[in-house]
Amino acid sequence: MQPESAMTPGLEVTVLVSVGRHPLTGRARRADQDARGVELARSLADAQVRLLHAGMRDESSEAALRGYLGMGFTELSLLEQSEGADVLPALAEALDAASPHLVITGERAERGEGSGLLPYLLAERLGWPLVSGLAAVESVEDGVATLLQALPRGQRRRLKVRLPVIVTVDDAAPAPRQSAYGPARRGAFEATAGPVSADDEWASWHVQPARPRPKRLKIVKAASARDRFKAAAAKAEGGSGQVLTDVTPTQGAEAILTLLREEDVLR
Amino acid sequence: MLDILLPILLFSALALAAVGAVRRIRLWRQGRPSPVPVLRGLAAVPRRYLVDLHHVVARDKVMSNTHVATAGGFVAAMGLAIVVHGLGLGSGWVSGVLGWLLLAASATMFAGSLFVARRRRDPPARLSKGPWMRLPKSLMAFSLGIFVVTLPAVGVLPADAGGWLVALVLAAVVTWGLAELVFGMTWGGPMKHAFAGALHLAFHRRPERFSTKKGSGGNRSTGLKALDLEDDQAPLGVETPSDFTWNQLLGFDACVQCGRCEAVCPAFAAGQPLNPKKLIQDMVVGMAGGSDAHYAGSPYPSPERGDQPVGEHHGTPHGPIVAPASTKDGKALVDAETLWSCTTCRACVEECPMMIEHVDAIVDMRRHLTLEEGATPGKGAEVIDNLIVTDNPGGFDPGGRLNWAADLELPLMADVERAEVLLWLGDGVFDMRNQRTLRALVKVLRAAGVDFAVLGNEERDSGDVARRLGDEATFQSLARRNIATLAQYRFDCVVTCDPHSFHVLKNEYGAFYPEGQASDYPVWHHSTFINQLIEAGRLRLAPGQAARVTYHDPCYLGRYNGEYEAPRAVLRALGVELVEMQRSGYRSRCCGGGGGAPVTDIPGKQRIPDMRMGDVRETQAEQVVVGCPQCTAMFEGVVPPAGDEEVAVKDIAEMVAAALDTTPVSTSSTPRDASTAQATEEVMS
Ligand code: SF4
Ligand code: SF4
Repeated sequence: MQPESAMTPGLEVTVLVSVGRHPLTGRARRADQDARGVELARSLADAQVRLLHAGMRDESSEAALRGYLGMGFTELSLLEQSEGADVLPALAEALDAASPHLVITGERAERGEGSGLLPYLLAERLGWPLVSGLAAVESVEDGVATLLQALPRGQRRRLKVRLPVIVTVDDAAPAPRQSAYGPARRGAFEATAGPVSADDEWASWHVQPARPRPKRLKIVKAASARDRFKAAAAKAEGGSGQVLTDVTPTQGAEAILTLLREEDVLR
Repeated sequence: MLDILLPILLFSALALAAVGAVRRIRLWRQGRPSPVPVLRGLAAVPRRYLVDLHHVVARDKVMSNTHVATAGGFVAAMGLAIVVHGLGLGSGWVSGVLGWLLLAASATMFAGSLFVARRRRDPPARLSKGPWMRLPKSLMAFSLGIFVVTLPAVGVLPADAGGWLVALVLAAVVTWGLAELVFGMTWGGPMKHAFAGALHLAFHRRPERFSTKKGSGGNRSTGLKALDLEDDQAPLGVETPSDFTWNQLLGFDACVQCGRCEAVCPAFAAGQPLNPKKLIQDMVVGMAGGSDAHYAGSPYPSPERGDQPVGEHHGTPHGPIVAPASTKDGKALVDAETLWSCTTCRACVEECPMMIEHVDAIVDMRRHLTLEEGATPGKGAEVIDNLIVTDNPGGFDPGGRLNWAADLELPLMADVERAEVLLWLGDGVFDMRNQRTLRALVKVLRAAGVDFAVLGNEERDSGDVARRLGDEATFQSLARRNIATLAQYRFDCVVTCDPHSFHVLKNEYGAFYPEGQASDYPVWHHSTFINQLIEAGRLRLAPGQAARVTYHDPCYLGRYNGEYEAPRAVLRALGVELVEMQRSGYRSRCCGGGGGAPVTDIPGKQRIPDMRMGDVRETQAEQVVVGCPQCTAMFEGVVPPAGDEEVAVKDIAEMVAAALDTTPVSTSSTPRDASTAQATEEVMS
C-alpha cells in the first residue's frame, strides 16, 4: 500500500471500538465503521495499534468485541462502564493519559444514541483537530500526517494535519479484514475502571426500533447516457418541501392530495 | 558361493529394511496423537487388503490381476526365499517342495511384472514417472534372480553351474531386486506404498470404512471429524505437516501415485490449481522436509502458466504448509488456492485404492486458514459473517424464511408440535429457483396425504458451507442451536430436498448432541422419501411423460450417502426414458457447487458446471434431473454453446409434481388438494 519509509516509526494509534448491532437481526457484532477504522490502523506500517472500548461488559458485548481481537490483536483495553453511562469523560481521560498520536474511530455508533457527536466532543475536550470521513492515511512525517478525506461522489481531498489528531472513518474506508476465531477467543481484555458518569438524560429517553423511511424515487429525464450517469451519481437533492402550519385538516389533506397528483402517485 | 552370498544378502536387506522402518515410523510420529487399537488393527490388515482395498482396485480388472500376481508372488517368494536360501531350512523332499513353490511364486511375480512393464511402456498422464519407471525392471530382476538361484535347489541345475562369474552376476541381480523391494520399501522408494499401505490399513482414522466378517459396517464414513473447541488456547486446524495426526501422515505415505484421484478430480480437470495426488505427495515432502522438485507426476494446473513448475515449493515438518500472508514471496509447501479449489466432492477418496482421505486433510488445513489466519478467500468471509449474524449465508432476514410460502399455509412445528415428517427446507427458501422446487415438494407431500410440518423461522442454515470453508466454530454453533430446536418437537423422520443439509443432519450432527441425548430420527433425502411414497402406493402418478432425461448424482447424496437407486426408481415410475451419463453413480462428476467452491471462486481454465453440462449434452437428453439446489443453481448458470438447445434443469420433486394424477378420485378427495391449486400453476409454468 503505502511506502513504508513514509511512516514515522513507533506511531502510536488508538482505535476506539464499539459494540455494533446488525441492522436486520439486532445481534451484537463488531461495528462496521469501527472495524474499518481498525483495518485502516492495521495498514499503517510501524504503527503500534491499541484497541480501546468504553462500555458495559457482558457476554454479548464481549463476544462482539472479540470480533476486533480476531483482526490480529492480543489484547483490548476496556474501560468498564455501567449501562447507559456517558462514556465521554472516561474516554477523554484515558486518551489524555495515553496521549497517542492518532485516534481512529467510526463516524457513529450502531447502538445507543448513535448521534455521531462523540468524536467531536472528544476533540473539543482534548483540544485536538478532527478530520471526518477518512479514506486513507497517506504518510506521517515529523509529526504531520497527510490524510486523504473522502468526499461525496468519489472525490478525495488531501489534508495535512499536525498530530495528535482524531479521525473518523465511514464506508469510504477500506473494508475490514475477516475476524479469525482463534485469535479472537485467545485475546485478552485489559479492564481498567475509569470514571463513570451517569447519563440522566439518556436514562429518561424512550427507545424504540426505527421504521425504515420510504425512499423518494428519483425521476430522471435524461436524453444521453452522460446525463443519466450524472443523474445516477448525483447526490439526492431535497429542498423543494413545503411546511404547512396552522391549517385545518381539510387544507392539509388538500395539500397532500395535490402533491400526490403532482407526483403521479394518484391519477 | 551363492549359498554363502544369498543368506548374507537376504539378511542384510532385511536389517536395512528394519532400520528404514524405524526412521519412517519416526517421521509419522511427528504427527499429533490419535489412539488406535494396535493389535486389532494389525489383525484386520489381511481382510482390509483382500476385501476392501481390492474392491476399489478391481474397478480396473487388468491392474487388479497384475497386482495380485506381482504382490502375491512377491510376498510368497520373499517368505520362501528366507526359508530356503536364508535359513537353508528343510532337507530332502521338504526342501524340494519348498523350492518348487518358490519357483512358482517367482514365476507368478515375473508374469505380473510383465504386465506392470506393459503399462509402463506408454503410461497414461495420471501415473507418476521418475523412479516409478524402473519399478517393472526391478520387479523382473527380483523374480528372475530368485527363480534362477532357486533352480539348483530343486536339482534342475547343478549347484555350481556357470562358475563364479555367473554366480556374481546373479548375486548382483538379486541385490538389485532386494534393494528395490525390501529396503526400498522403508527408505522411500516406490515400494514404500506396500509398507506404509499395510500399516495405514491397520491404523486407518476411519475404521468404519472397512467391512467386517459379520458383513456389517456400511463401508461409508463421510462425516467430517469434529474439531475440539473446548481448549481455548489450542491452535486450531492444521498449520504444519506435524499438525496432522500421525495416522494421517501414515496415510499420505501410503500413496502409490496411481493418479486415479487426479483423473476424477473436477478441479484438476477445470484447470484450477489442484491435483489431489500432488497434494498428498506435497504432504509427504513436508513430513520429511525438502522441496517438491523430485515429484514426477502431473503438477498443479496454473491458469496463467499452464502448469505450476515443480521445485518452487518446499516445506518442513514444523514449518507452515501455506505461507502466511506476511511472507514476501508467498511460497511454502502449497498455495492457499490449491486448498480452496476443492469442491469436497469426494471423487478422489472414492477412487483411491489406498483409502487415503484427501477431503479430511484439505478441510483440516482450511480450518487453520479460516480460524487462525482469517484468510477465507473470495466471498468466503462475507458468507461466514452472514452465517454468524443472520444464520443464513446470503445475509437475508431470518424472519423471512417463509415469505415464499405465504400462500401455502405450511403447518409450523411450533403450532402442531408433532408430525409424521419434519420438512427441512434449507436455505433454498431465499432463492427463487429453489422455491419452485420446494413448492413442488409440498405439492407432492400433500398429494400423498403426508402429515408434515416445517420449522419456519426457527430453522437455521445447517452449517454445511461454514464447515467446508473451515469455520468449525460457526458450524458447531449452528449445529447446536438447530439440535436444540429439533429436540423440542416430535416427528418420525426429517425430509429435505437439500443433500448438504441431509448429509450434515444425518452424519455430522450426531457428535454435537448434549450428553445423554442422541439423534433418534432417520433423515431422508426427498428422492428417497418420494420413492417410499410411490412404493407404498400413496402417490397417484399419471405416467406418459415422453421425455428423454438424464440424472445427475449430487455428490452429497451419492458418494457421501450411497443413495443412487431411489432417484432412478422414481424416474422409472414416472415412465421417462433415462439415459445415463458416462460418469454417473459413484463416478458422478461434481457440479462445482460443493465445499464453498462457488464462494471462494478460484479461477481455472474452464468452469466445472460447464464441463458437467457437456456430459449432459453428450447424452442428448432434453432434461437433466437433479436433486440438489446447488446443482440446480450451477447448471442453470451454464450458457449453452452457440447453436445448442438449452437443456432444462428439473429437480426430481418438480418431475413428480408435474406427473401427479390430479383427476378427482370419487372415493378420496382431501380438502388439501383444493388449497394447493395455486401452487400447481406455479410448478407447471
Ligand atoms: S474432493 Fe473432489 S475436488 Fe476435492 S480434491 Fe477430491 S476430487 Fe478434487
Ligand atoms: S492418493 Fe490414492 S488415488 Fe491418488 S495417487 Fe495416491 S494412491 Fe492413487
